[in-house]
Amino acid sequence: MLDLMSGFIQELRTAGLPVSLTENLDAMEAVQHIPLEDREALKYALGATLVKNNSHWRVFETVFEVYFSLRGPQYKLKPDADPDELMQALQEAMERQGEGKGAGGAMDQLTPEELMQLLMRALMEGDEALMRALARQSVTRFAGMEPGRPVGGTYYLYRTLRNLDLEGMLEKLMENTRQMMPDGQMTPLEERLERDEYDNRIEQFKREVEAEIRRRLVADRGVEAMAKTLRKPLPEDVDFMHASRDEMASLRKALQPLTRKLAARLARKRRHGRKGPLDFRNTVRHSLSYGGVPAEPKFKFPRPSKPELMVVADISGSVAAFARFTLMLVYAIQNQFSKVRSFVFIDGIDEVTEYFKGCEDITEAIHRVNTEADVVWVDGHSDYGHAFEVFWEKWGKEVGPKTTVLLLGDARNNYHASQAWVVKEIRKRARHVFWLNPEPRSYWNTGDSIVGDYGAHCDGVYECRNLRQLEGFVEKLA
Amino acid sequence: MSSVTGQPYRFENVPAVRQGLRDVNYLADDGISGVVYLADRLAKPILVEGPAGTGKTQLAKSVADMIGARLIRLQCYEGLDESKALYEWNYKKQLLRIQADRNSEGWTELHDDIFSEEFLLTRPLLEAIRAADPVVLLIDEVDRVEIETEALLLEVLSEYQVSIPELGTVTANQVPLVFLTSNNTRELSEALKRRCLFLHIDYPTLDREKEIVLAKVPGITESLADQIARIVRSIRQLELKKAPSVSETLDWARTLVLLGIQHIDAAQAKETLHILLKYQTDIAKAAKELAVDAK
Repeated sequence: MLDLMSGFIQELRTAGLPVSLTENLDAMEAVQHIPLEDREALKYALGATLVKNNSHWRVFETVFEVYFSLRGPQYKLKPDADPDELMQALQEAMERQGEGKGAGGAMDQLTPEELMQLLMRALMEGDEALMRALARQSVTRFAGMEPGRPVGGTYYLYRTLRNLDLEGMLEKLMENTRQMMPDGQMTPLEERLERDEYDNRIEQFKREVEAEIRRRLVADRGVEAMAKTLRKPLPEDVDFMHASRDEMASLRKALQPLTRKLAARLARKRRHGRKGPLDFRNTVRHSLSYGGVPAEPKFKFPRPSKPELMVVADISGSVAAFARFTLMLVYAIQNQFSKVRSFVFIDGIDEVTEYFKGCEDITEAIHRVNTEADVVWVDGHSDYGHAFEVFWEKWGKEVGPKTTVLLLGDARNNYHASQAWVVKEIRKRARHVFWLNPEPRSYWNTGDSIVGDYGAHCDGVYECRNLRQLEGFVEKLA
Repeated sequence: MSSVTGQPYRFENVPAVRQGLRDVNYLADDGISGVVYLADRLAKPILVEGPAGTGKTQLAKSVADMIGARLIRLQCYEGLDESKALYEWNYKKQLLRIQADRNSEGWTELHDDIFSEEFLLTRPLLEAIRAADPVVLLIDEVDRVEIETEALLLEVLSEYQVSIPELGTVTANQVPLVFLTSNNTRELSEALKRRCLFLHIDYPTLDREKEIVLAKVPGITESLADQIARIVRSIRQLELKKAPSVSETLDWARTLVLLGIQHIDAAQAKETLHILLKYQTDIAKAAKELAVDAK
């Protein structure tokens, strides 16, 4: 058990979870208090002692599954599903179906159609045991897993799901439910609810399939190798420029609590600055409780002025995601700035401040920015030089000594003229000019990247590849 | 059986915790009851985190209720200091004492006297430690205090003692069950997290939410509860500013019962959505999503 635990904790650390020595000891102690054969209990005991941040829970779950799911008997853990039980569930289901197949029909003899039928019924009734059995069966049948084959789990998952056609399944389920209604019709509300219900069950089924594949891979390749392939970065470390669609979704989810935290922290910082001059009235008022002796001096709190912000962002394909996240973050905490104006460009430039005004939903505003802003001048390839020139012409006069200008982009200028003098001029007028670059620092100034030309005139050039770096920068800014 | 601290364990096993909580009308899942059980066994505080209105504070209250203990609550806020959290000397009483026998005693006697327990005002943390009867300490919304103030809690949470320079160290008669809640408006310090068991309470699953509604709202039918739970789940899946919490679900269920509604249709749902959602944009979005035929 000790070996297993230390391997497990090692893996958690490599996955990026900060597990301290005391937490490790706590986990060991916690394990002694719970019945070991109960896997759920073990999971919560380890989770409560080792994982102290909810966004790390998913990583923990994956690692836990890899480490503890297969090694049941070896460490007297109950395997999470008894194959015999599953077989029985399947048998019963088939008996109830009673179409041609007798009770003796083993599940290997099922035709694909029958399998689909069973699956549909399982989903319809939300029968979990049957769903699990079917997940097993479909992996055996469709995934085509061979020992030692160097393919990732996602490949097998894809193969299995493709054969099952779950999309079509959803439609069929809806159709069935509709027919079961007394008048053959559903109100939109009911329809919506049913759909969500089935969606949920199908999601659950997919998870079962995924878990099954993972179990088999662990059996094939061993724990350590498997844990390595499953290692995923934490949401705050995901690279903006190479995020997959799922990762984007999780990033968006991570962004919201982050902005809330950031806003709270900044507001607090503003209030608890240095102490200001003596507040005479307040001091005298408090002196009354000490018999007129001003024993407790009170001070006024200074209210530092809020910076004005101008965001100038490149929204061409490669860096669009980064610009989107920065705009979202900035607007989510816009009450920390006295004024926020935003401009977007590709080779033409357009002001988009209006889209954010009076619009409560930032996501929608961003969507409008992407679809409506007039940012193409000639060919729709980034031209920083031209965009900056136009910016200077049109809005240059509005940059004042209180303004902080943020320039976002990778500075890949497609070999156009850089017009770096604009940045120089802006800096003369503005309080600060910062450049945020979503590319890794080692790529800067390679190829058509000319971030160095612009950076020379900025107060700072920052690498901003993930949420963590972005958060750090914005905190410094306000 | 008794623990390291020489104090008998409060709970027999995890199912007992779960059943006990159920008896006081708190429906815990395996995670929650498991962590409460471990907190007792390991004599460690629990840090409860999660979205607003999922029953974090209620958990502490229910546990207190279950074991028949007194609940001592420290509500955290910005600017909380040790005189509000730990203890304070009663200056005014001390002053009176000095004035009362200005002529009689010598200074040393007086000095010892005015720093005795008589002049000590106990605040929640000290009170929880000195209590002779069983207590549950709830430190509510710990994320609201500044990061420096968190340090005040550390001694209490790990050693269960409070050091008062003039008086010495006060050690606990018993190890109280401690709950800290946090809405996660900021990251808590590593030092604090390390000393606690972590419990994240999320929105409940469909079945559990339905059970909660059934348990908490008198006179509701099973089918209505089921429908409510399903609608709330659908709404939570939308991208909203503020997803409906459990307490809002309960408010909504009560409203529907009061209105005498047995079966929700789209129009009724639309009319009462403002109980569930608190932003106009959210309401509009949800109304649109639920009414429109999903194709």
